[in-house]
Amino acid sequence: MTILSATLAPTQTVDLAASTVRELNAALHQAADATSWVVDNPAGAHNIAVGIDRELEVTVNGHVGYYFAGMHQRGKVTVHGSAGVGLAENIMSGTVHVTGDASQATGATGHGGLVIVDGNTGARCGISMKGVDIVVGGDIGHASAFMAQAGRLVVCGDAGEGLGDSIYEARIYVQGAVGSLGADCIEKPLRAEHLAELAELLLAAGRDDDPALFKRYGSARTLYHFAAANSHSY
Amino acid sequence: MCGIASLQLRDPALRGSLGELMHGMLCGIVDRGLDSAGMALYGDPGLTPTGTSTVTLLDVTLEPEELAAALRGALPAGTEVAVRMFGETTLVNASVASAALEACVAELLPTAHVAGRGEHVAVLKGTGHPLDLAAQYGLEGISGSQGLSHTRMATESAVTASGAHPFTVADDLCLVHNGSFSNHATIRRQLRAEGVTFDSENDSEVAARYIAWRMADGDSLTTALEKLGTVFDGFYTLVVTTPTSMAVVRDPIACKPAIIAETDAWVAMASEYRALAHLPGIENARIFEPAPGIVYTWTLDSTKELVTL
Repeated sequence: MTILSATLAPTQTVDLAASTVRELNAALHQAADATSWVVDNPAGAHNIAVGIDRELEVTVNGHVGYYFAGMHQRGKVTVHGSAGVGLAENIMSGTVHVTGDASQATGATGHGGLVIVDGNTGARCGISMKGVDIVVGGDIGHASAFMAQAGRLVVCGDAGEGLGDSIYEARIYVQGAVGSLGADCIEKPLRAEHLAELAELLLAAGRDDDPALFKRYGSARTLYHFAAANSHSY
Repeated sequence: MCGIASLQLRDPALRGSLGELMHGMLCGIVDRGLDSAGMALYGDPGLTPTGTSTVTLLDVTLEPEELAAALRGALPAGTEVAVRMFGETTLVNASVASAALEACVAELLPTAHVAGRGEHVAVLKGTGHPLDLAAQYGLEGISGSQGLSHTRMATESAVTASGAHPFTVADDLCLVHNGSFSNHATIRRQLRAEGVTFDSENDSEVAARYIAWRMADGDSLTTALEKLGTVFDGFYTLVVTTPTSMAVVRDPIACKPAIIAETDAWVAMASEYRALAHLPGIENARIFEPAPGIVYTWTLDSTKELVTL
């Protein structure tokens, strides 16, 4: 009953030409679950919608700056525009969706949840990811998934150089070309369970790409243990 | 961290608003560097009157009228001379060639630092809050074809007006830098061996000297920047301007940010989107981040060169 009445509550609109980012974020931190919010005139401001921990539906109309939806938990945040450096950095759960492009370090260190970028991202997409799922409709830049530990990175376009350098156990799916693979990152077979999880991720991101056209990359696990052959280096 | 904002106006109808547009852009990069700032303004009829050369001086010990009188005495009879102070910057216009004006200034004021020279550009820089400096310079009232601004958070050398960007070491050629070069001392030694002289220990000056040295040897701006990428090591986003061109390049690792927006009326580059958010027509601009290691050059006939390093 409570949820139903909250769902029917009118959408609240915040105009960042009139309000500060601090005021917006404070309101989002205190908002009731199942409320929806619209944010206008973001004008590239930093730190918008950081630290949400509610079942909110937030829509931002325009481009946002650095660290948008950082530390995000629960709820869904959508940007109709592009995002700056560190989109959804350290996301824990919930969904962050950007309809345009994102800059470097998208989803960096994310522990969970889903980050969707319909366009391209810059370098270091998914760097040190620890469980987040990231779906990029276009290309990603160099040094993406560097030291990625867990989670899935799906790239519908191309990946830049040094993909998955020093990767641990994250799984990377790329439909297009890979500039080069980083140290200890290799192509791996695309088995039925991978096709299934890829189909699920593409569906969650609202995409109709064919999972069978992707290749899977992951850790060769040769950096996990000290190799006696390298002992002369010490 | 440092901030960069540059704007090239293709549409002559916008040129009366250059300073106003640049002021809005400056507001978007202030947070990235609060210790000092500088700007290069091309084509303002008040700062760089037609038929004169313009020299920017720092550490001037004379009052403007004293310097103007001394210059009139030293330059050929009938030379028109104007001297104005903008905070720490002294701007000199004279109806002689810039080399002659610079030589005359060097003789009259041996301890002054020449921070800008040319016929088309006025370089203004100083220490303090960037918006206070913009007010000192009257930025919002400036017109012209092109402008470049930089807010500095010093790392490689002292917080002084001479350490502020842009660096203008050849006529009308201005460079701003966000980042740091790791092999600048080596390149400085190599350039000194080629006869290039330096004003400071600043790493960005070395890049400006290198580009000027290459262009004096016949390289285009694009080619000079392409070669810079093979010689300089470190982090950099650079913007370099001539009276008709604006070029942007990021190092191949691309640690330092840059975003470009382009319409038929203008092309703008800034460290962050928020510096571009208020430009007219931004909602329909083509907005992108320059790819690592690629030289992007725009000239005022609206052509663009792309070169991969």
